[in-house]
Amino acid sequence: MEISSVKQAYAIETEALTKYYGDFEAVRGLSMRVPKGTITGFLGQNGAGKSSTIRMLLGMSRPTRGNGRVLDFDIADEKQSIEMRKRVAYVAEDKRLYDYMTVGQMIDFTKVFYPGWRTEIEQKLLDEFRLPLDRPTKKLSKGMRTQLALLLAFARGAELLVLDEPTEGLDPVMAEKLLELVVGAAADGATVFFSSHQISEVEQIADRILLIDRGQLVLDTTLESIATDFRRIRGVYDTAPKPATLALDGVQRVTVDGRTVSVIVTRNSISIAERMRAQSASAVEVLPMTLKEIVLESLRREGGSGTGEA
Amino acid sequence: MQLLKPNPASGVPIYLQLKEQIRHACETGALRPGDSLPGIRALAESMVINPNTVARVYRELEQEGLLELRHGVGAFVATRPGTSRWTAARSGQMKAAQKAAKTFVQELKRRGIGSDEIRRLVEAELATHDGRVPLVG
Repeated sequence: MEISSVKQAYAIETEALTKYYGDFEAVRGLSMRVPKGTITGFLGQNGAGKSSTIRMLLGMSRPTRGNGRVLDFDIADEKQSIEMRKRVAYVAEDKRLYDYMTVGQMIDFTKVFYPGWRTEIEQKLLDEFRLPLDRPTKKLSKGMRTQLALLLAFARGAELLVLDEPTEGLDPVMAEKLLELVVGAAADGATVFFSSHQISEVEQIADRILLIDRGQLVLDTTLESIATDFRRIRGVYDTAPKPATLALDGVQRVTVDGRTVSVIVTRNSISIAERMRAQSASAVEVLPMTLKEIVLESLRREGGSGTGEA
Repeated sequence: MQLLKPNPASGVPIYLQLKEQIRHACETGALRPGDSLPGIRALAESMVINPNTVARVYRELEQEGLLELRHGVGAFVATRPGTSRWTAARSGQMKAAQKAAKTFVQELKRRGIGSDEIRRLVEAELATHDGRVPLVG
């Protein structure tokens, strides 16, 4: 197999990735990219297709249609997929371990597979987590299982870390510790792709987010763009204008509620606010939006509240 | 140097918050010319923020002349004369300004104005002052 020496810009790339389970379309034509060296948050409601996507990326299930590359290895090619998995560390939602092994055996068993094993990270995490080396993994508490799974993943020196709900079930101190590990891995040049329901932690450490809904990508943006470009603009009118008069570049949605018009914009907030003032709106307010608001806004379904029209 | 963890939900990008904090530390004299800053990794880990963000802040502050990046050694507060906005006089001014800001915030809080409202008022004032389109108006 030929490993390209050309530096690829993306750690993960998918093209119209689709997965059916019987009649159920779990992932529907998902095309997305995760640039190398980034921390990318993968968001979506339960059942949106996050785990199905991750399973296809890691060669644990075959796409029904479409294709993808992880670290430039074809995910549908069995041989390439094995090669790819040597360079990727994955922490599953259920933190699976071999129950008949002790903590120490589990570590020794894992590290022989990985030439890039980072002994200093193993030691550091053993100290910090105070994991009992001779305890069978079967008898570990939920928190300790997670800690061991994280140790095994982070000590591998992987190029790509795929973490499915990594902070799920961790107390706040451990959750912060995990985020520190993620940040440290990124500082070492790793790409981190993690799914989470904890929007605040995504906001804290990610550079990019991908949001999927019902198997499709609904938002792909950077945290910086959210902080500087996404705005909610509210104006009060004597007579509310037709939403169509505000169909400007960057306008995502216009909601009219009596005399108040609320506009969600993804860019151009200044010129859009000017247009509203020119329409003689009074009290035009431009408000920043949190990632949480943006996620909720992106997941709004037709037939929800409001008389929205974009 | 005591840097605070940024607030991701404030509507200000984390990189701007960090940049402001470093600038502020230089202006108040908490950081002085020649002082070293934490490494990218150390700062990212201690603040639990993206290392790319720290790298970007250091790069931009270097371009602005506030920091010097010495390859393989780390980041330092620039010692070049002429760019010393953080001279003793400036540092005194900033301390006085900080006091004034404190009094201002306390007074508005006493009148029942919330943090978000204060932030918006200040933003609008600044925008008007700088000749930009005001955010509230």
